[in-house]
Amino acid sequence: MQSKTVQTRHAPVRYLEGGAGEPLVFFHGAGGMTENDPILAELSSRFHVYAPFIPGYGETEECESMRDMLDFALHGWDVVEALGLKNPILVGHSMGGMIAAEMAALAPNDVSRLALICPAGLWLDDHPIVDMFSLMPYEMPKYLFHDPEKGAAAMTSGLDMSDPKFLQTYLVRNARQLGMAGKLLFPIPDRGLAERLYRVKAKTVIVWGESDKMIPPVYGPAFQKAIAGSKLVNVPEAGHMVVMEQPGAVLKAVESVA
Amino acid sequence: MKFTWFNLMPWPYLPDDFREKHRSVWVDIDQRLFDPEKSNAVYNTYMDLLEYADTLGFDGIGVNEHHQNGYGIMPSPNIIAAGLARRTKNAALVVLGNSIALYNPPVRVAEEFAMLDCISGGRLVAGFPVGTSMDTNYCYGQIPALTREKYAEAHELIKRAWTERDPFAFNGRYNKLRHVNIWPRPIQQPMPPVHIPGGGSVETYDFCIDNTYSYSYLSFSGYLRAQALMDGYWRRVEERGAPDKSPYRAGFAQTICVAETDEEAERLYWPHVSYFYNRCLHVYPGFADAPGYRTIKTIQTGALSQYAPPRGGYTQLTWKDLVEGGHVIAGSPETVRQRLEELAKGLHVGNIFCLMHVGDMPAEKCMYSTKLFAEKVMPKLRNVFPEFADDGRFWIHPMNKRAVPGSLGPEVTTAPGAPARTPIPAE
Repeated sequence: MQSKTVQTRHAPVRYLEGGAGEPLVFFHGAGGMTENDPILAELSSRFHVYAPFIPGYGETEECESMRDMLDFALHGWDVVEALGLKNPILVGHSMGGMIAAEMAALAPNDVSRLALICPAGLWLDDHPIVDMFSLMPYEMPKYLFHDPEKGAAAMTSGLDMSDPKFLQTYLVRNARQLGMAGKLLFPIPDRGLAERLYRVKAKTVIVWGESDKMIPPVYGPAFQKAIAGSKLVNVPEAGHMVVMEQPGAVLKAVESVA
Repeated sequence: MKFTWFNLMPWPYLPDDFREKHRSVWVDIDQRLFDPEKSNAVYNTYMDLLEYADTLGFDGIGVNEHHQNGYGIMPSPNIIAAGLARRTKNAALVVLGNSIALYNPPVRVAEEFAMLDCISGGRLVAGFPVGTSMDTNYCYGQIPALTREKYAEAHELIKRAWTERDPFAFNGRYNKLRHVNIWPRPIQQPMPPVHIPGGGSVETYDFCIDNTYSYSYLSFSGYLRAQALMDGYWRRVEERGAPDKSPYRAGFAQTICVAETDEEAERLYWPHVSYFYNRCLHVYPGFADAPGYRTIKTIQTGALSQYAPPRGGYTQLTWKDLVEGGHVIAGSPETVRQRLEELAKGLHVGNIFCLMHVGDMPAEKCMYSTKLFAEKVMPKLRNVFPEFADDGRFWIHPMNKRAVPGSLGPEVTTAPGAPARTPIPAE
């Protein structure tokens, strides 16, 4: 993947680009993205992938003028426009899925293929989503991964949490990233998407890790019901980070709507 | 020096095994630990203590706002202050303060503070905290990264509501108000003195300096650990080109326990100090600092949340550690005087918020400590900053002749229709 920058109204946007084929825009989740993410490798084996960093992520600065869901969704379209793409396949994971779904609801005639991977954006009173903002870093893996031990190792590889200099960098990065994510997800990740999903016209696939403890799989049918004609793929041996644990299965699901 | 007797109002019945059985004193504290019937005595005792401090000549009595919190049962400090306004005579009512980003619309604060100023005859010191992350984000659901912007807008609205004399339209991002026209408005002109509690944000330093507000560092870790932070503030005062470095530009909260001797202080107060540090400050660290609540600039300066406990936690700290480390200033009147003078001069602060009720301290011990402080410590520290004795910018300006609450008498002696006394007191 190559790292590039494109200018948008709100901020200069860093993005990763790679692969060949139909254009596909991938929106990452609240945990962020690195160029070594297995999902990017998988998707770029079949598609021409553009993966923009949300401002605040990937060494970029947070953006004060992006405050709410509408700002984020329109910013998503600004990025598509700035990249010169027409009707790319939109794929989003978790918070990125919330953004992609909102984009598709806002501009239903501009997107015909949509893949939502454990998307945020709905709230079911009987199935409250864990308050990720109050979790300590060491508590994260058990919510994110089917195999927390392996997941934790992947998350912390090469990091020295006891080094104060690292800790400060970590705190700054965390504040930047989750500070921006909080605008969509804090304290409850619901910004009214449920009332707008009826507008989506795209051929849509919803992908869920069967062991997802962050946003439980019961949200899959809720999305499926809200988007006419969508299909739901449940992936075994995968948690919320199905993009890390079963990227091949995610690719297969995306291909099914492409 | 201005001494404010401050009461956090801790719940005094947290069980001995609170740390082991419960993850947090704040946000998701167990409802069942609160006993409404017991709270009747707790509230009234705490208010009695604040009133007692007024009779002993403290310059101010202080209250603050916390939510879902076992060491601060005052979600609405204005309710307490209203009670105090009626039953106290001279002390400033230091409400430190109202978390203005949480009031919808924030003119509510302008109105309630105006009411307190009017009822008390101009004795209000108004505090505008951003609010802790626990209160503001986790209890009251404000989006962390937008909290400061909302706060700034609320402040602008309140200030204009207090100072403008004609109705105005306020087209804010968070507040759309077509007719702002508060009624009543405060006695103190152009507005009551303002104190801003802060925890080391550079932005808050600048905000205080630019508005001539007093910066209050409300810490529980004592004056020795506050040196770097307060030095940073005073450096900023200089950099920003403020006209003076009056010590009344700053305040500091300090736990203080006075006895006849140092030994007596340890014997009398250690259980309550231990209760406070071990149970009351037992906050789940996940609630300490929602990402986005602190600005990047502030994190980069290394200011971490004070609710992140010291390495090893407070449980390891003994009385000796806490006293020597300055978390607590305790001992004989002379010991306390020396250390407070060191604090005032070292941090260069003129406003001391005296945390004299600690943890589950019973009223009689608290009164004993308070009286010794008022009689044997306070008088000797009055004149630490003689060159700034006339600085009235950060303190109250009450009316000279104030109404006497409760002066109607017990009986109605006149016929219905004829007022018992003229509604406006005769000159």
